[in-house]
Amino acid sequence: MFRRSLLALLLLAPVAVSAQERPITVSSTTSTEQSGLFGHILPIFTRETGIPVRVVALGTGQALDVGRRGDADVVFVHDRAAEERFVAEGFGTERRHVMFNDFVIIGPAADPAGIAGGRDAPAALRRIADSRAAFVSRGDRSGTHAAELRLWQAAGADPVAGRGQWYREVGQGMGPALNTAAAQNAYILADRGTWLSFRNRQELRVLVEGDERLFNQYGVIPVNPQRHPHVNAAGARRFADWIVSPAGQAAIAAYRINGDQLFFPNADRPEPAPGS
Amino acid sequence: MPGLSEAFGLALGLVLAGDAALTRIVALSLRVSLTAVLVAAALGLPLGALLAVARFPGRQTVIVALNALMGLPPVVAGLLIYLLLSRSGPLGSWGLLFTPTAMVVAQAVLITPIVAALARQVLESMWEDYAEQLRSLGSSALRAVPTLLWDGRIALLTVLLAGFGRASAEVGAVMIVGGNIEGFTRVMTTAIALETSKGDLPLALALGMVLMAIVLTVNAAAQLLREWAARRLG
Repeated sequence: MFRRSLLALLLLAPVAVSAQERPITVSSTTSTEQSGLFGHILPIFTRETGIPVRVVALGTGQALDVGRRGDADVVFVHDRAAEERFVAEGFGTERRHVMFNDFVIIGPAADPAGIAGGRDAPAALRRIADSRAAFVSRGDRSGTHAAELRLWQAAGADPVAGRGQWYREVGQGMGPALNTAAAQNAYILADRGTWLSFRNRQELRVLVEGDERLFNQYGVIPVNPQRHPHVNAAGARRFADWIVSPAGQAAIAAYRINGDQLFFPNADRPEPAPGS
Repeated sequence: MPGLSEAFGLALGLVLAGDAALTRIVALSLRVSLTAVLVAAALGLPLGALLAVARFPGRQTVIVALNALMGLPPVVAGLLIYLLLSRSGPLGSWGLLFTPTAMVVAQAVLITPIVAALARQVLESMWEDYAEQLRSLGSSALRAVPTLLWDGRIALLTVLLAGFGRASAEVGAVMIVGGNIEGFTRVMTTAIALETSKGDLPLALALGMVLMAIVLTVNAAAQLLREWAARRLG
């Protein structure tokens, strides 16, 4: 009896979706996966098209590398400069903008650098640097890391001087970085989606938000079949077409955590220029 | 630790509810790790036995290498297999990256040295007792390998359990080569890592408890098997 049930357990196929269509692999970022957005929109896509989606969630830099090596059919990330380079190098067919969310500066409730309530993100970072208050950086070439470095540049401050002291690069995803900041009562730049779904907040609060320079644009790029002939180009194109279509955009807008909308679809509008 | 009782309650709730996603993750974990143990047994046990009985130049070097490979960091193994199986790598045309098969390969690479090295240790001491006897019967060392493996099967079961323990506890390699894809390559350890990332520490701990319970069950089953075999032989 026991043996039979064990056997049944072992024979269970790991694939849940038994659609006829060939699955696509999406190389994306931890923010889209860990915020729960994919859990909400992908079942809708699969229901409409019959295409199962497999998501590999990494930092934007790594996610683009996976596409570059041909290990994914489509990339869905947030670092416009790196995305345009990806297309220019011939690894992607075309980049379309999909949605944006925003970054927030998180910090301890005690706020030793005194930045709470501000709307000027670079000014807040300058105060953190001046007070040498602990700041956790992703340090992993992710889109969030790239955005953080752009903000430091705008602030005219060089955090690298504080490396190993108050500036702490953890080289990990958004969640682990937030766990580190919570444990050390440190400041951190985070995307709002991951923050809203993050559970281990301890003393951390949102201190600075609403600066236009904190906008975070996402783009979708099918991997170029001329570069990697084995990719599921048809499936990738359908995914990219769907996510910028009214149906895909509505699915994105409908995703909320405790009533808060996390991602704002903007495929039909010019995107806000980053860092301007 | 205030989270501990919450985690325990969560773990119990997940198991009692027969949560479908959890069942799938548990089934995949067992399937991947047990397959890896089978592969490691098929490669590692004969290799270990061979090293126990045969004397050839370079034998010490092989033994030292095997012992060192027991400490191979999973992330390094994962990275090497990732580069091999990637579409841009030498075995890319097989299309195995981000599949359960790639995870089996990664775990097998990690535990085959463990199985081989521990099997050699066990069988070598047996061989010292046997050698005279078998040689007096005119049997060569190589032909003694199947006999040794059969007679040592109870001790070798423990060796395989050590391999299974390492395989099922491993996270670094399967994360890299499997990609932690929901419903496809997500196993217990990568699910635990994901929940930790999301800051849902009680759920992560609850999943950890479920994993421990499974490993405990497998070991208890092996112990029963051992006792049953000992009674039959005894």
